[in-house]
Amino acid sequence: MKNRYKIYFVILCFFGWVSLPAQDLLIKNGTVLTITDGIKENTDVLIKDGKISKIKKNIKAKDIKTIDATGLFVMPGIIDAHSHMAIDAVNEATNPVTAEVFVGDAINPFDVSIYRALAGGVTISHAMHGSANVIGGECETIKHRYGESDPEKLRMDGAPRTIKFALGENPMRVHGEGKRIAPATRMGIEQEFRRSFAEAKIYNEAWANYKSGKTNIPPEYNLRNETLAEILNGNIIIHCHSYRADEIVMLMNVLKDFGVEKICFQHVNEGFKVAPELAEFGAHASVFSDWWGYKFEVYYSTAYNAAILTENGVVTSINSDSRELIRHLYHEAAKTQRYGDLSDNEALKLITLNPAIQLGIEDRVGSLEKGKDGDVAIFSKHPLSIYTIPMYTIVDGKLEFDRESDAADQRLDVNPNESIPAFIEWQAHDHEHDGCMYGVKCKH
Amino acid sequence: MKKIIIYIFISVFCCSNIIAQQIKKSTTGDFILKNATIHTVSSGIVNGDILISNGKIANVGQSLNKPTGATEIDCAGKHIYPGFIDSGTRLGLAEIGSISLTQDHRELGNITPHMKALTAVNPNSVSIPVTRVNGITTVITKPSGGTLPGTAALINLHGYTPDQMAAGFECIYMQMPSSGKRGWWDRRSEEEIKKEAEKAMKSLKDTWEQAKLYAQIDSARQKSDLPMVSYNPQLASLVPVLKREQQIMIEANKKSDILAAIEFINDYNFKAIISGASESWRVTDSLKKYDIPVIVGPVLSLPARGSDAYDTPYELASMLDKAGVRFAIRTNGDENTRNLPFEAGFAATYGLGTDKALRAITLSPAEIFGVSEMYGSIEEGKVANLIVSDGDPFEMKTRISHLFINGWNVPIESRHTLLYDEFIERSPGVKE
Repeated sequence: MKNRYKIYFVILCFFGWVSLPAQDLLIKNGTVLTITDGIKENTDVLIKDGKISKIKKNIKAKDIKTIDATGLFVMPGIIDAHSHMAIDAVNEATNPVTAEVFVGDAINPFDVSIYRALAGGVTISHAMHGSANVIGGECETIKHRYGESDPEKLRMDGAPRTIKFALGENPMRVHGEGKRIAPATRMGIEQEFRRSFAEAKIYNEAWANYKSGKTNIPPEYNLRNETLAEILNGNIIIHCHSYRADEIVMLMNVLKDFGVEKICFQHVNEGFKVAPELAEFGAHASVFSDWWGYKFEVYYSTAYNAAILTENGVVTSINSDSRELIRHLYHEAAKTQRYGDLSDNEALKLITLNPAIQLGIEDRVGSLEKGKDGDVAIFSKHPLSIYTIPMYTIVDGKLEFDRESDAADQRLDVNPNESIPAFIEWQAHDHEHDGCMYGVKCKH
Repeated sequence: MKKIIIYIFISVFCCSNIIAQQIKKSTTGDFILKNATIHTVSSGIVNGDILISNGKIANVGQSLNKPTGATEIDCAGKHIYPGFIDSGTRLGLAEIGSISLTQDHRELGNITPHMKALTAVNPNSVSIPVTRVNGITTVITKPSGGTLPGTAALINLHGYTPDQMAAGFECIYMQMPSSGKRGWWDRRSEEEIKKEAEKAMKSLKDTWEQAKLYAQIDSARQKSDLPMVSYNPQLASLVPVLKREQQIMIEANKKSDILAAIEFINDYNFKAIISGASESWRVTDSLKKYDIPVIVGPVLSLPARGSDAYDTPYELASMLDKAGVRFAIRTNGDENTRNLPFEAGFAATYGLGTDKALRAITLSPAEIFGVSEMYGSIEEGKVANLIVSDGDPFEMKTRISHLFINGWNVPIESRHTLLYDEFIERSPGVKE
């Protein structure tokens, strides 16, 4: 039995290797929603070597896999700036500061959620550390190359480093309430940042002094401080779980004091209350379309958040934080047209170009432009209509989802302890909240 | 003189501020909604007027005369639908998810059918206006927790006391012991799960056998005019179900649990509804054979098994429809019950079609709960639960302009709209 799995695994690896070189693809005669260059009717998109090489009418190409997109809507692959799928570990909830850990060490390419996200047009997700700690671990931007068995193949090469921070109730509950160590308050959370950054600054200087010959003894190597120092050096983008207006302002003040600029606030339910301050700082916001009320710090929030932030000039995205919600981010983006007055293009930007900017990958994805990655989602109707259906999803020119040839069982691995795949009650009828708290045991 | 002008200016400025901050209240009286496209649900789409009087739909027709004193609302270019009904929520019973003292749906104990949801509905829950501004006028609110957690109630989302909100239907709610995993965190082996489910099943059967006995003793006692011997509210509350005077809603999701529920229904001759029902598509034959109505949802949920097709929850309603099973759609929501029209919209898109999806959140649930004389369609004599919109209410772009519940003209206002009004142009801004 075991041997058989090994053989499957080898076959799987082989096909993974063979299919890796990005593919060529021609998408014919669709309504192309470019995001950065308007809407182009009856237009073709040619992908060569995994990159968009032409967007024009009547492209002629021989011996190439072709999708007839007549009557369909072609848009950039959807990007989710906040997810916890496709990773086997989310929270290293052992200390308020764990900058040394890295979600990229726990990528699970077999998670069927990846396929289900592809079936919702999502090509890239930001696999994040959880929100148990004030400073959590580094996150990983992954491409949804489902079928690959090597975790390395899911990484989006060249995507900037990102790290998870968390404010408010979650770190207060896990550490203050749960372990009786600071922080138990939002005051305590501020001091965790100030202490961590101050120590990293000292560490940075100690190494600079050693390297310049000012001191002879090398400082002790410390991975936590290495990471924190890189935040101070501007080489890691902060993604901070946050809700309340005061805590958002607090972190911006701390960052100003340490000269840190790159930050995207996550969830940020009360971002609308300090939208002018966020805009002035140049901070980004990645929000839920309508989640609220599941805990006190989201009780005074509004589904008009994304609209108010956008109107104030804050680069805003809509994220999922959920294996379920990631399946219909196009629908979540459309809600900004009920809760606000965003135009079609503004609403679509919330799930394409804007999350790309927040992850620092906007020069490669987030719009349909020549030279960008061949990440495309094709819909039966306009993607902001309730009546639309995602039909094809393409990653690096490779067709990863095709509704016409979609087979029911898309698992890549099976649980040998189950006689038939288990029925999970919670998935069938409960609503997910606080995906950020996966793997954390604490009194609720 | 200058001073006086300044005073006048200041006082006018202050007054206008006060007026702007006045809280909008619902209004009542006669209303005539003119020149609308009326989606009756029961008899197609008609163009014309609706007269609302005494909380009821007094008339539907063309060129209706405006009674004296009636408020006329021009609905040219607008659409009128019956208020949406959500067949399963915790609205009014749950306020802030993580704060247990704001959760009134989960009493201690496993067998507590005498707990009445209607008792604990908070008419001032912030979630209620948030929900109704999307067109949901009526919901089932239900307890949760044990096997028999209590009695669910149908409520209208308007009123200042639970009694004002009660919409004329209550049912015992039962949760079938599950033979599935609770969640991804459930590490029990198949054997352990099976054992626990069997034990829970035995305890449930014992309860109903006791209730049966209780009913027999009680009716014998009544016949011979003897005094009560003991106080047993649990068993007493189950008697109307055994006598088929009250319906029972049974939550069952996994195929084998649904089949067990059907067996239960037949053994005890219940007037029953099965809710959740995520694998009902695997047992449509039995559901149809015994004509058991089903409540499905949330539509926007994950497939329950790793091996299920990704779109199984989206297509479930359509599969039931094709098999001829009676059904309604619920959100199973609390603070985000407002998504009901979008859940129905997904079902519409994945095979059900708009008309049937609309029926699944209006007339079908009213029929299932036995209140279709009052709710679920636009007909003379029915309760005036209506929404006026500028288009298809399943589309996110569509705006709802008017909302009537029990004939009250309810303002399109909630915490979410009020925060928008306050913060869209914040004052003071960043520089002030």
